[in-house]
Amino acid sequence: MKVVILGAGQVGGSVAESLVSEQNDITVVDLEPQRLRTLQERLDLRTVIGSGAHPSVLTEAGIEDADLLVAVTQSDETNLVACRIAARMFNVPRRIARVRATDYLANERVLGEEGFDVDLSICPEQVLTDYIVKLVEFPEALQVLDFAGGKVSLVAVRAYSGGPLVGHPLKDLRPHMPRIDARIVAIFRGDRAIVPDGDTVIEAGDEVFCLAASEHIREVMRELRRMDRPVKRVMIGGGGNIGLRLAMALEGRYSVRVIEHDKGRCELLAARLGEALVLNGDTTDEELLEDENIGEMDLFVAVTNDDENNIMSSLLAKRMGARRVVSLINRRSYVDLLQSGQIDIAISPAQATIGTLLAHVRRGDVVAVHSLRRGAAEALEAVVHGDRESCRVTDRRVDELDVPPGTTIGAVVRGDKVIMAHHDTVIRAEDHVIVFVADKKNLPRVERMFQVGVRFM
Amino acid sequence: MRFVAVVNVLSRVLLLFAVSMLLPWGISFLLGDGARAAFGWSLAATFGAALLLWLATLRERRELQVRDGFLLVALVWTVLPAFATLPLLLSIQGLSFTDAYFEAVSGLTASGATVLAGLDQLPPSINIWRGLMIWLGGMGVIVLAVAILPLLGVGGSQLFKAETPTPMKDTKLTPRIAETAKGLWLVYVGFTLACILAYWLAGMTPIDALMHGFTTMGLGGFSTHDASYAHWNSPAIEAVAIVFMVIAAINFATHFLAWRRVSSRPYRRDPEAKAMLLVLVLSVLLVAGYLFLTGVYDEFGTALRYAAFNVVSLATTTGYANTDYGQWPIFAPLVMLFLSSFVSCSGSTGSGMKMIRAQILFKQIFRELLRTIHPRIYNPVKLSAIPLSNATVFAVLAYLFMYTSSVVVLTLLLTASGLDVISGFSAAVASLNNTGPGLGEVGPATTYANLTDTQTWICSFAMLLGRLELLTLLVVFTPAFWRK
Repeated sequence: MKVVILGAGQVGGSVAESLVSEQNDITVVDLEPQRLRTLQERLDLRTVIGSGAHPSVLTEAGIEDADLLVAVTQSDETNLVACRIAARMFNVPRRIARVRATDYLANERVLGEEGFDVDLSICPEQVLTDYIVKLVEFPEALQVLDFAGGKVSLVAVRAYSGGPLVGHPLKDLRPHMPRIDARIVAIFRGDRAIVPDGDTVIEAGDEVFCLAASEHIREVMRELRRMDRPVKRVMIGGGGNIGLRLAMALEGRYSVRVIEHDKGRCELLAARLGEALVLNGDTTDEELLEDENIGEMDLFVAVTNDDENNIMSSLLAKRMGARRVVSLINRRSYVDLLQSGQIDIAISPAQATIGTLLAHVRRGDVVAVHSLRRGAAEALEAVVHGDRESCRVTDRRVDELDVPPGTTIGAVVRGDKVIMAHHDTVIRAEDHVIVFVADKKNLPRVERMFQVGVRFM
Repeated sequence: MRFVAVVNVLSRVLLLFAVSMLLPWGISFLLGDGARAAFGWSLAATFGAALLLWLATLRERRELQVRDGFLLVALVWTVLPAFATLPLLLSIQGLSFTDAYFEAVSGLTASGATVLAGLDQLPPSINIWRGLMIWLGGMGVIVLAVAILPLLGVGGSQLFKAETPTPMKDTKLTPRIAETAKGLWLVYVGFTLACILAYWLAGMTPIDALMHGFTTMGLGGFSTHDASYAHWNSPAIEAVAIVFMVIAAINFATHFLAWRRVSSRPYRRDPEAKAMLLVLVLSVLLVAGYLFLTGVYDEFGTALRYAAFNVVSLATTTGYANTDYGQWPIFAPLVMLFLSSFVSCSGSTGSGMKMIRAQILFKQIFRELLRTIHPRIYNPVKLSAIPLSNATVFAVLAYLFMYTSSVVVLTLLLTASGLDVISGFSAAVASLNNTGPGLGEVGPATTYANLTDTQTWICSFAMLLGRLELLTLLVVFTPAFWRK
């Protein structure tokens, strides 16, 4: 597939990275030669210098026979104009744009066919905000992901010694929760993935991925580990795009404080926020943290755009008594260094945000893709089409399927009903199937499973 | 300073003012109440003087600058009352110019303090004239001039601002200032007609309804009866009065938006109106409860009726009374006087410090308190989620200081001239807030006629000062204003 990516920033870079590994021809366009050079050194792709909204630049990037345009520059306007031009001048079949301003999203005609003709708009900041808000709502979880429009959730929990299930085999889960159908789809012990069966025993320190209907998530988590007391006070380090969105999402329900070092930005934050307190200062300023009772905070979230700053302020906050610290870390090597260390949760923005985008690039009718474990594993939601003849999934029992190793069919959503997949569950056309893939290598095989045969197309 | 150009505009505003005398003249003509000649001569004199001024300054027609605007406003508000005295002087025997000027200023500033007794015996057209002055002055003579005379050009918005200053940035309602002025007056006229009709339906005579419609919407407390609203002793009429006083105390820009969009959204989004209603309801309950508990009234219902009418009347700076609240324990009238200093909204026909300034000051207090707990906090004062600049807050603080200093100086002047403390203080506050009646010697049961000439002039000045929200008038007295 030929892909043109506009913008070589964090988002563009990680999109390029994940698509390169999936055998595509990729061209990246950016105004900054330096950024392109670093990208080209790392990855096998072509680069073009220039504005992504200019037809001449797009032509140079080979837009004429591109299958997909991914416009993810910093500027909403550039992205929108590029999509429109790609659609009308070059007939690019699929166009994805990063759109941040809610004004553009408020009226669907802006992005629709008569407007800028965008197939899919993504807002990485919003995805990250949702991610962190989930962590505030479920303080025990490492990650909470929604599937099928929020009907099914996947939670990652670290099992602690003393949790009701730790030390017991998985088949004991059912008697524990007679009313609830939940399924443990994967267990990571250290860096190794364990494909769970009824006899697998959960050990302390395991990262357990559990799938259940969304309304049961709390009870499932209670089984896996003791409940923390709910979050009341949140401190946000950094009032950038994510900090602001996060504060807006949390204020009212929680007591929120935002630390921002730029005075002008403080002004804007204070204007947009109601109850949240805006504090002017550095997130690594020990005195400021002390003054603002960091020791009483249930959660400290570092979301500046500087990795080192986020790491240092989170470590500082943890040492000064914050109950739980979450840090945004872009560099993958840092994330691996810090996870399960003193920082409770390290979030990699790129991994967290490009899932929706990737879903659009996949073969088969994939609705959602979520990267887990820093991209090593993936959970995806696919829609089943066709019949027994044309598709390798339709009208078959789960145990009839030829699934690659490490892959688990977790749940099936039929209409409004959530069915936990057992060996005898039959998958029908139009079902949404949630699949957990522990090893990313097997992804193409999983995708092929859900593809409908040629004669059906 | 282009004084001549300013006088030229003044002459045209005066022409307009002369035309307004046609209404009482016509009523006098219809009723044959004997004041026709007085109005005829007054109209001729005002018209003649205006015409002379206009002809004399014809060559200096120019666009006014910001500075000229302040001078014009100050001149309009001092010269117009002088001409407004003419019908009073000509038809009331033994009225001194000092008292007549006071009455005219009290009318045009929508205060409602009167020096006249025996109102019931006055020719109806004279009472209509008193009401009309309040009505014209309530919304602003210059706003009216901007609306119907194409005379002020671009400078119009400056004049507009000088006559109705608000602490917020001026948000024009329409692209053109003349349209804005027209819209505001249209809403004003609409509500006034509704008010007159409601009074008439509630049992007033047409002439009384007309006069009280004018004074209710202008929030000045002139009445056609010495007993004010006690004359009717009718809960229905009092209810009509309360409703329209509250309407008139809301920002007319809010009314305008609500009318144009045909929705109640502007009201719900106006933080001032909400705060005003809340304060009014709470204070009515407080005063009613106090009157009931101290045994002034045996029934809570009666206490509520009198408290509601008089509290709303004083708080909105109207100045009607349906009982002699000067006889109540001093706490109640003091609360009411205090309320009059800040309850009306900016852009309404009420006076005082305005609710918006009170809100800003109140929020500034909490801001300072929060800052002592969180030294690094960044929390601007916000009104309906819009942050205000520090400059705005400082301006309001300066205004508060000017306001309190004015109260102190006026009280001192009045007591120095021989008034007792309660009368002096209440006269100062009531005049500065354009409320009308005060306490003691100037209470609701008496008039300002007891005052000496000096005291009367001090009160006249205080009313002008209050109507023009201090700055506009005081700036004309600063040397820097006259420096080239």
